[in-house]
Amino acid sequence: MDIHEYQAKELLARHGVHVPRGGLAYSPEQATYRAREIGGGKWVLKAQVHSGARGKAGGIKVCTNDEEISNAAEAMLGRKLVTHQTGPRGKLISRLYLEEAVDIAQELYLGFVLDRKEERVMIVASAAGGMEIEEIAERAPDSIIRATVDPGVGMQRFQAREIAFGLGLEDSLIGKATETIFSCYQVFRDYDASMLEINPLVVTRDGSLVALDAKMSFDENALFRRPEISELRDKSQEDPRETFASDRGLSYVGLDGNIGCIINGAGLAMATMDMIKIAGGEPANFLDIGGGASPERVAKSFRAVLGDKNVETILVNIFAGINRCDWVAEGVIKAIREVGVNVPLVVRLSGTRAEEGRKILADSGEAVIVADTLAEAAEKAVAAWRAATKKKAA
Amino acid sequence: MAILLNRSTRVIVQGFTGKIGSFHAEDMKRYGTKLVGGVTPGKGGQTHLGLPIFNTVKGAVRETRAEASIVFVPPPFAADSIMEAADAGIKLCVCITDGIPSQDMMQVKRYMRRYRFEDRMRLVGPNCAGIITPGQALMGIMPGSIYLPGRVGIVGRSGTLGYEAASQMKALGIGVSTSVGIGGDPINGSSFKDVLRLFEQDDETDAVVMIGEIGGPQEAEAAIWARDDMRKPLIAYIAGLSAPKGRRMGHAGAIISAFGESAQEKVEILKEAGVVIVPTPSSFGDVVADTLARRKQAA
Repeated sequence: MDIHEYQAKELLARHGVHVPRGGLAYSPEQATYRAREIGGGKWVLKAQVHSGARGKAGGIKVCTNDEEISNAAEAMLGRKLVTHQTGPRGKLISRLYLEEAVDIAQELYLGFVLDRKEERVMIVASAAGGMEIEEIAERAPDSIIRATVDPGVGMQRFQAREIAFGLGLEDSLIGKATETIFSCYQVFRDYDASMLEINPLVVTRDGSLVALDAKMSFDENALFRRPEISELRDKSQEDPRETFASDRGLSYVGLDGNIGCIINGAGLAMATMDMIKIAGGEPANFLDIGGGASPERVAKSFRAVLGDKNVETILVNIFAGINRCDWVAEGVIKAIREVGVNVPLVVRLSGTRAEEGRKILADSGEAVIVADTLAEAAEKAVAAWRAATKKKAA
Repeated sequence: MAILLNRSTRVIVQGFTGKIGSFHAEDMKRYGTKLVGGVTPGKGGQTHLGLPIFNTVKGAVRETRAEASIVFVPPPFAADSIMEAADAGIKLCVCITDGIPSQDMMQVKRYMRRYRFEDRMRLVGPNCAGIITPGQALMGIMPGSIYLPGRVGIVGRSGTLGYEAASQMKALGIGVSTSVGIGGDPINGSSFKDVLRLFEQDDETDAVVMIGEIGGPQEAEAAIWARDDMRKPLIAYIAGLSAPKGRRMGHAGAIISAFGESAQEKVEILKEAGVVIVPTPSSFGDVVADTLARRKQAA
């Protein structure tokens, strides 16, 4: 789960990381009022969306008076910001963050991630901050410092100190940098973060160390014990199709194709999407209905998939282990009768009670295209989709 | 004995009396697994499904001489249960639970290393379908009927995609020595490489099917190991060709976040290492049959 920059900064500031003075605004008036509260004569207005690379997309503006703040706020609010991380649909700007401008002497990079190879938290730092880490890795690979934390004892002060010295900071800053790195690690650990990135972490002209930007993501599996993080969820930043599905306990990812998928198991779901692609179609979504799916759950899945207006065919592929094909078949019929399915529907049932399931479909008299194998299911779905679009065009 | 599990392996269930634990315990018993008891703290001394319940894993091990444990405990408490099994002298632990926090798993992995190598528990999972040695025993949630006993090993992250592979093989009369689900989490107990090593040493396995997916370094690591140290044919499929970067595809670990983690890149790495590639998820059966036939011809 991602959170906003201002939320991450509040969290970090509470644990001793220095951030610029700033405040949140939902309107141009609030933004100018915030400027008064913060004081000074130069501010940065930042669109709060779940994405990096906001500057290039017009989501960050330096302002020196009320009029500039008001105009910039007006231009940003209610707009969708499109960055290379958001995809073409973009993300809605409904919150702004106004901050005092900082006099930058040097930009650093500081990141914390889960290293899957080492199975530990890894700290990544570089004196070449201000650009994305991928770019640093390409342009200044030797500047990158890495350290991993032993989960048994946690991060040690010497590790933070080594990184501070490794960044080539002046002696007067070593203490501050060590504290900053250490505090960040504690926030990462105490809130079950999966990613924390401060880019840039800046050295100011007056010799302090400030987190100018902050990005954080959290382990969704750990939210049960982090209600203070769950509260920070902003649904306006999510794909509405995904919000609908996740509110109903379904694992769904929206994509850009036209063949809607309802499948059990994440691996089989990915493989079925691959098969659709190989057969010449494009999947509209990833959807795993999980184990023990009841007819109601199947019907819910249809609602989620059909919520996407681009869906022109649906493929249901179930290989039942703990699931039961007869229940899935009942769910399919329930969906046709209650939700209304006005696109071609291909169903493949395999495993536990597949025979009973197929019989339910056949006896229902509904227009369901049945397939026996994975390949046949994908081919039939793509063929049905082609026929349907042809008919539409004619 | 194929690998990890056979008909004489003594198995207990942690989270025995819960709905899910009970359902699968019955299923495993029916399949032929030597189930010797279960653990539910607070219900020790009672019986469930005709088997004794214990308060602690240590108690269960002492009374039943259990060597293996399968965990159905809910995510907030699962890490604790795995560590309890490790400390009680369990040799093999399969964790089915989906949704364990990554930091908990980091601690579990660190904790397991406190035992001497020869006393160390082997963990399979979490978030996996478990292990089946067809015709002998089941320590998992897979439908036993789709596996034919035989001489091809299967190791995969996904449960249902593993079923797909096994049933395609069965349709062609090809059986399975053991199938191991290593699970879809970013931090898991046994890696692809760990399981391949066991299959390589197993006299009852002739070839291995590896079912990987996007995210993480384990498939590439396995490819390098297979190139250098594996003599048996390795056949691999990677799911997620159509998965976009940075999106989590169901499994907590199925996310492309670094170079070398996409399906295309993994397939390239595997090909370069000489691994036989299953090009589509509908050709598991054909590619395995073809590889076995070629191996026979060469021999």
